[in-house]
Amino acid sequence: MSTLHTVNKSPFSHTTLASCMAVCSTADAIVLLEDGVIGAMANSPCAEALDTLAEQGVKIYALLGDVQARGLTTRLSGRITPIDYPEFVQLSTSHQRVLSWY
Amino acid sequence: MSKKILFISRRSPYGLSYARDALDALLAASVYDQDIGILFMDDGVFQLLKQQDSSNIAQKNLAAILPALELYEIKKIYVQRESLEARRLGASDLVLDDLHIIDNEEVRQLLAQQDQLLSF
Repeated sequence: MSTLHTVNKSPFSHTTLASCMAVCSTADAIVLLEDGVIGAMANSPCAEALDTLAEQGVKIYALLGDVQARGLTTRLSGRITPIDYPEFVQLSTSHQRVLSWY
Repeated sequence: MSKKILFISRRSPYGLSYARDALDALLAASVYDQDIGILFMDDGVFQLLKQQDSSNIAQKNLAAILPALELYEIKKIYVQRESLEARRLGASDLVLDDLHIIDNEEVRQLLAQQDQLLSF
Protein backbone atom coordinates (compact mmCIF):
# COMPACT_ATOMS: atom_id res chain seq x y z
CA MET A 1 0.00 0.00 0.00
CA SER A 2 2.88 2.31 -0.69
CA THR A 3 2.96 5.80 -2.15
CA LEU A 4 5.22 7.18 -4.88
CA HIS A 5 6.11 10.79 -4.08
CA THR A 6 7.36 13.12 -6.80
CA VAL A 7 9.19 16.36 -5.91
CA ASN A 8 10.03 19.01 -8.52
CA LYS A 9 11.43 21.87 -6.43
CA SER A 10 15.01 22.56 -5.31
CA PRO A 11 15.55 22.28 -1.54
CA PHE A 12 17.73 25.41 -1.77
CA SER A 13 14.69 27.56 -2.55
CA HIS A 14 11.65 25.59 -1.36
CA THR A 15 10.56 23.46 1.60
CA THR A 16 8.69 21.08 -0.72
CA LEU A 17 11.12 18.19 -0.25
CA ALA A 18 11.15 18.67 3.54
CA SER A 19 7.33 18.59 3.60
CA CYS A 20 7.35 15.37 1.60
CA MET A 21 9.95 13.72 3.82
CA ALA A 22 8.04 14.64 6.98
CA VAL A 23 5.10 12.42 6.02
CA CYS A 24 6.85 9.77 3.92
CA SER A 25 6.41 6.13 5.04
CA THR A 26 9.26 3.62 5.05
CA ALA A 27 7.62 1.54 2.28
CA ASP A 28 7.32 4.60 0.01
CA ALA A 29 9.57 5.87 -2.76
CA ILE A 30 10.54 9.42 -3.76
CA VAL A 31 11.28 10.47 -7.34
CA LEU A 32 13.18 13.74 -7.70
CA LEU A 33 12.48 15.40 -11.04
CA GLU A 34 12.87 18.77 -12.79
CA ASP A 35 14.54 21.15 -10.26
CA GLY A 36 13.85 18.49 -7.63
CA VAL A 37 17.00 16.69 -8.81
CA ILE A 38 19.05 19.41 -7.10
CA GLY A 39 17.95 17.67 -3.89
CA ALA A 40 19.80 14.57 -5.12
CA MET A 41 23.18 16.29 -4.76
CA ALA A 42 25.44 14.89 -2.05
CA ASN A 43 25.63 18.30 -0.32
CA SER A 44 22.04 19.52 -0.72
CA PRO A 45 20.22 21.01 2.30
CA CYS A 46 18.16 17.82 2.70
CA ALA A 47 20.99 15.34 2.06
CA GLU A 48 21.28 14.08 5.65
CA ALA A 49 17.53 13.69 6.08
CA LEU A 50 17.34 11.84 2.75
CA ASP A 51 20.16 9.54 3.90
CA THR A 52 18.21 8.77 7.08
CA LEU A 53 15.06 7.96 5.09
CA ALA A 54 17.06 5.75 2.73
CA GLU A 55 18.49 3.84 5.72
CA GLN A 56 14.91 3.31 6.93
CA GLY A 57 14.01 1.72 3.59
CA VAL A 58 12.63 4.59 1.52
CA LYS A 59 13.80 4.28 -2.10
CA ILE A 60 15.03 7.55 -3.57
CA TYR A 61 15.32 8.10 -7.31
CA ALA A 62 16.28 10.98 -9.57
CA LEU A 63 15.16 11.35 -13.18
CA LEU A 64 18.39 10.99 -15.14
CA GLY A 65 17.46 13.33 -18.01
CA ASP A 66 16.91 16.16 -15.54
CA VAL A 67 20.15 15.31 -13.69
CA GLN A 68 22.19 15.30 -16.91
CA ALA A 69 20.58 18.49 -18.17
CA ARG A 70 21.76 20.28 -15.05
CA GLY A 71 25.29 18.82 -15.13
CA LEU A 72 24.81 17.02 -11.81
CA THR A 73 25.59 13.44 -12.89
CA THR A 74 28.85 13.18 -10.90
CA ARG A 75 27.49 15.12 -7.93
CA LEU A 76 24.71 12.75 -6.89
CA SER A 77 24.55 11.29 -3.40
CA GLY A 78 25.33 7.58 -3.29
CA ARG A 79 21.84 6.98 -1.87
CA ILE A 80 20.18 8.12 -5.09
CA THR A 81 19.25 5.74 -7.90
CA PRO A 82 19.11 7.45 -11.31
CA ILE A 83 16.13 6.32 -13.44
CA ASP A 84 14.94 6.92 -17.01
CA TYR A 85 11.38 7.59 -18.14
CA PRO A 86 10.36 3.91 -18.66
CA GLU A 87 11.53 3.15 -15.12
CA PHE A 88 9.55 6.15 -13.85
CA VAL A 89 6.43 4.75 -15.54
CA GLN A 90 7.06 1.35 -13.95
CA LEU A 91 7.38 2.93 -10.51
CA SER A 92 4.12 4.83 -11.08
CA THR A 93 2.28 1.59 -11.79
CA SER A 94 3.93 -0.48 -9.06
CA HIS A 95 2.82 1.90 -6.29
CA GLN A 96 -0.72 2.16 -4.95
CA ARG A 97 -0.89 5.93 -5.42
CA VAL A 98 1.19 8.87 -6.60
CA LEU A 99 1.51 12.12 -4.67
CA SER A 100 2.91 15.13 -6.50
CA TRP A 101 4.76 17.68 -4.35
CA TYR A 102 5.13 20.86 -6.40
CA MET B 1 -17.62 1.79 -6.19
CA SER B 2 -16.70 4.61 -3.88
CA LYS B 3 -13.03 5.63 -3.75
CA LYS B 4 -11.15 7.19 -0.89
CA ILE B 5 -9.81 10.50 -2.19
CA LEU B 6 -7.77 12.96 -0.17
CA PHE B 7 -7.27 16.55 -1.30
CA ILE B 8 -4.04 18.08 0.01
CA SER B 9 -3.97 21.87 0.15
CA ARG B 10 -0.53 23.31 0.88
CA ARG B 11 -0.67 26.94 -0.30
CA SER B 12 -1.69 30.14 1.42
CA PRO B 13 -4.85 31.82 0.13
CA TYR B 14 -5.07 34.76 -2.36
CA GLY B 15 -1.49 34.97 -3.72
CA LEU B 16 -2.08 32.19 -6.22
CA SER B 17 -5.23 30.31 -7.17
CA TYR B 18 -4.19 26.92 -5.70
CA ALA B 19 -6.19 27.29 -2.49
CA ARG B 20 -9.34 28.33 -4.34
CA ASP B 21 -8.84 25.59 -6.93
CA ALA B 22 -8.56 22.95 -4.22
CA LEU B 23 -11.85 24.02 -2.63
CA ASP B 24 -13.61 24.22 -6.02
CA ALA B 25 -12.41 20.74 -6.95
CA LEU B 26 -13.31 19.40 -3.52
CA LEU B 27 -16.87 20.75 -3.68
CA ALA B 28 -17.26 19.43 -7.23
CA ALA B 29 -15.97 15.99 -6.22
CA SER B 30 -18.37 15.84 -3.28
CA VAL B 31 -21.26 15.53 -5.75
CA TYR B 32 -20.02 12.14 -6.97
CA ASP B 33 -20.65 10.24 -3.76
CA GLN B 34 -17.01 9.37 -3.09
CA ASP B 35 -15.28 9.05 0.28
CA ILE B 36 -13.44 12.37 0.24
CA GLY B 37 -11.47 14.44 2.70
CA ILE B 38 -9.10 17.39 2.74
CA LEU B 39 -5.79 17.90 4.50
CA PHE B 40 -4.43 21.39 5.09
CA MET B 41 -0.66 21.50 5.56
CA ASP B 42 2.30 23.89 5.16
CA ASP B 43 1.03 27.40 4.28
CA GLY B 44 -2.35 25.82 3.49
CA VAL B 45 -3.23 26.22 7.18
CA PHE B 46 -3.44 29.99 6.61
CA GLN B 47 -6.63 29.32 4.60
CA LEU B 48 -8.31 28.44 7.89
CA LEU B 49 -7.47 31.63 9.78
CA LYS B 50 -10.29 33.65 11.31
CA GLN B 51 -10.71 37.35 10.49
CA GLN B 52 -9.82 37.09 6.81
CA ASP B 53 -11.08 40.18 4.96
CA SER B 54 -10.29 40.16 1.25
CA SER B 55 -12.59 43.08 0.38
CA ASN B 56 -9.66 45.36 -0.52
CA ILE B 57 -7.98 42.92 -2.92
CA ALA B 58 -11.07 42.23 -5.05
CA GLN B 59 -11.17 38.52 -4.25
CA LYS B 60 -13.75 36.33 -2.56
CA ASN B 61 -13.17 35.66 1.12
CA LEU B 62 -11.91 32.09 1.11
CA ALA B 63 -12.70 31.47 4.76
CA ALA B 64 -16.34 32.30 4.03
CA ILE B 65 -16.52 29.26 1.73
CA LEU B 66 -15.27 26.84 4.37
CA PRO B 67 -18.50 26.51 6.38
CA ALA B 68 -20.07 25.26 3.11
CA LEU B 69 -18.01 22.08 3.43
CA GLU B 70 -20.43 20.87 6.08
CA LEU B 71 -23.42 21.51 3.78
CA TYR B 72 -21.70 19.34 1.18
CA GLU B 73 -21.27 16.67 3.86
CA ILE B 74 -17.50 16.88 3.76
CA LYS B 75 -16.65 15.90 7.31
CA LYS B 76 -13.10 14.64 6.96
CA ILE B 77 -11.18 17.87 7.39
CA TYR B 78 -7.62 17.45 8.64
CA VAL B 79 -4.94 19.96 9.62
CA GLN B 80 -1.29 19.04 10.10
CA ARG B 81 -0.30 19.85 13.68
CA GLU B 82 3.36 20.56 12.81
CA SER B 83 2.33 23.17 10.23
CA LEU B 84 0.16 24.96 12.82
CA GLU B 85 2.90 24.87 15.45
CA ALA B 86 5.57 26.17 13.07
CA ARG B 87 3.32 29.19 12.43
CA ARG B 88 2.38 29.63 16.12
CA LEU B 89 -1.29 28.89 15.35
CA GLY B 90 -3.77 26.86 17.37
CA ALA B 91 -7.28 25.44 17.04
CA SER B 92 -8.79 28.67 18.45
CA ASP B 93 -7.33 30.65 15.51
CA LEU B 94 -9.21 28.58 12.93
CA VAL B 95 -12.64 29.15 11.37
CA LEU B 96 -13.93 25.58 11.58
CA ASP B 97 -14.62 23.70 14.80
CA ASP B 98 -14.97 20.17 13.45
CA LEU B 99 -11.35 19.81 12.39
CA HIS B 100 -9.08 16.87 13.01
CA ILE B 101 -5.66 18.20 13.98
CA ILE B 102 -3.24 15.37 13.25
CA ASP B 103 0.52 14.93 13.56
CA ASN B 104 2.99 13.65 10.97
CA GLU B 105 2.56 10.02 11.99
CA GLU B 106 -1.22 10.29 11.61
CA VAL B 107 -0.76 12.03 8.24
CA ARG B 108 1.42 9.10 7.17
CA GLN B 109 -1.36 6.65 8.12
CA LEU B 110 -4.01 8.84 6.45
CA LEU B 111 -2.10 8.93 3.15
CA ALA B 112 -1.64 5.16 3.22
CA GLN B 113 -5.42 4.63 3.46
CA GLN B 114 -6.26 6.56 0.28
CA ASP B 115 -6.99 5.39 -3.26
CA GLN B 116 -6.18 8.77 -4.78
CA LEU B 117 -4.23 11.80 -3.60
CA LEU B 118 -4.79 15.21 -5.21
CA SER B 119 -2.37 17.97 -4.27
CA PHE B 120 -2.93 21.69 -4.65
